[in-house]
Amino acid sequence: MQALQSLADNYNYFITIFLMVSGLYIVIARGNMIKKLIGLAMFQSSVYLLYLSPGKIVGGTAPVLDPAFTVYSNPLPHVLMLTAIVVGVATLALGLALTVRIYEAYGTVNEDQIFARDNKK
Amino acid sequence: MSVLAAAATAPSFAFVIGDHLPILQVIVPLLGAVLCALTRRGSFAFAIAALVSWSLLGVAIMLLWQVLGAAAPITYYIGGWAPPWGIEYRVDALNAFILVLVAGVGAITIPFAYRTVGKEIDEDKQSWFYALFLLCLSGLMGMAVTGDAFNIFVFMEVSSLSAYALIAMGSDRRALLAAYQYLIMGTIGATFYVIGIGLLYVVTGTLNLADLATRIGPAFGTAPQPILAALAFIVVGISLKLALFPLHLWLPNAYAFAPTFVTTFLAATATKVAVYILLRLYFTVFGGAISLSDLPIAEVLLMLSIAAMFIASILAVYEDSVERMLAYSSVAQIGCITLGMAIATRAGLTGSIVHLLNHAVMKATLFMAIGAVVYRVGTSCMSELAGIGRKMPLTMGLFVVAGLSIIGVPGTAGFISKWQLGIGAVDAGLWPLVFVLVGSSLIAVIYIGKVVEVAYFREPGDNLADARDPPASMLIPMALLGAATIYFGLDTTWSAQIADTAAQILIGGLK
Repeated sequence: MQALQSLADNYNYFITIFLMVSGLYIVIARGNMIKKLIGLAMFQSSVYLLYLSPGKIVGGTAPVLDPAFTVYSNPLPHVLMLTAIVVGVATLALGLALTVRIYEAYGTVNEDQIFARDNKK
Repeated sequence: MSVLAAAATAPSFAFVIGDHLPILQVIVPLLGAVLCALTRRGSFAFAIAALVSWSLLGVAIMLLWQVLGAAAPITYYIGGWAPPWGIEYRVDALNAFILVLVAGVGAITIPFAYRTVGKEIDEDKQSWFYALFLLCLSGLMGMAVTGDAFNIFVFMEVSSLSAYALIAMGSDRRALLAAYQYLIMGTIGATFYVIGIGLLYVVTGTLNLADLATRIGPAFGTAPQPILAALAFIVVGISLKLALFPLHLWLPNAYAFAPTFVTTFLAATATKVAVYILLRLYFTVFGGAISLSDLPIAEVLLMLSIAAMFIASILAVYEDSVERMLAYSSVAQIGCITLGMAIATRAGLTGSIVHLLNHAVMKATLFMAIGAVVYRVGTSCMSELAGIGRKMPLTMGLFVVAGLSIIGVPGTAGFISKWQLGIGAVDAGLWPLVFVLVGSSLIAVIYIGKVVEVAYFREPGDNLADARDPPASMLIPMALLGAATIYFGLDTTWSAQIADTAAQILIGGLK
């Protein structure tokens, strides 16, 4: 019962960890380069949640000074994650661009087939 | 107060510049990268890159001079915002040393780029190449200069993303695959690092490194698990970046298929800056707050370092491509560096830090020498290079000098670092490590000896008919770093003393 209660109280962290682990698993387990990149993007996105959910204070407002409110959410994690999102987009774009070039050079995006084609040469 | 107003009221221009040295380390190459991206001609972009690298070395040396003269670390507040709210750049003997190392390698090797890039990269992509190089330089300098944990991540990604693109510019199609694999592993490493920093932020509420060092201790009393998890995430993440065995799998292919200049530059700088980040976070941030024996990191690091020094060296022996051989040798030498970190005494750390410099100098020489061979012959496969020593005497002569330094022959830079590491090991009561150091040097004798045997004791084949020493623009950087390999082996007043000061800073903060 207590385990269920802690699961319900901290569901945001469990979602974060689930995304993190499944993203990393896809990167490691899949041979298709596009799928690997999808896994990598999931893995990076889970970090956004890791930063954002502790930054939100239940009942807190946006951090704009107003005499009517005393509890504010922390704006810093949001700003940090904006930067991280930009980094994530750049990484994904570069990864996809490399995959396109690899497809042009090898005719496949499957890692096993690529290794086989390099070894045959 | 705006910069212009400050210039109007300040006594002299030099005075103003002297106050802003830390930010110039990042701004100068960043602006240079934009200028390069705007040019169309490759030689134009090269001129910008060369000017930027040389002035950057000047700035770095001035900064080191200031730091060695000052009693406290030099701090610089970005935009005038005081820490812990604003981003702080904080320079002490350790990162000033790293800054000079990175800027120095950039400045000395850049003339080497002109010919090799002209040959390996298409004319219309050359200006992009130099723009990426300057971005990478800017990211590496930023990682070393900043005192903010999240800022380190941003600069890490600036340098890594440009490094992936630079590696992908190699002429072989396998360069694309190498860049892709490096991108996957590098991103996992950087994300691990951000997870660690995020956990630290949740429990301490700060990102400033100096502030973190004071706040982790109290937070550890109430919530030890997130801090230990953060330490584990950060160590594993950065170990991926610095290619600690067995997380080195991206490195051999990346170095073997990247354009020659990129290999030279990255081999000498990228892993070194990652080692600096690990030293800084492990000793200054965590070491100053909690007892490092709470997690068995030193023990794990010790085992992995020893494994790197032997297994990677043995893999190097079996490589036919000299570039891949040198890449495996890099993994082994990084093992030496982390060995000093695992010993964690002042002498051991001095050995590590001085080896950062010595390994950068000698590995850059080796990669440039073999790059010159590739420039003339078109391959680095040992089976094709029989008798190359007679055709390219100066190039292979420098290769042998730097190779002796990798082995650790007295009179070369490599000997100094191994000696220091040996002293550190004996001091810490870990004398069997001396045999480990000697053993890995003996394996280095085999793989360097293989190249020497092929290069000097065989008759040159027909494929080497046109091979001769490269033009001066490639020979001079090589000769400079080759001379530095000898110099740092004979006169250690500069290198070892600064390393000792830096080691003292790291050890002095330990709890």
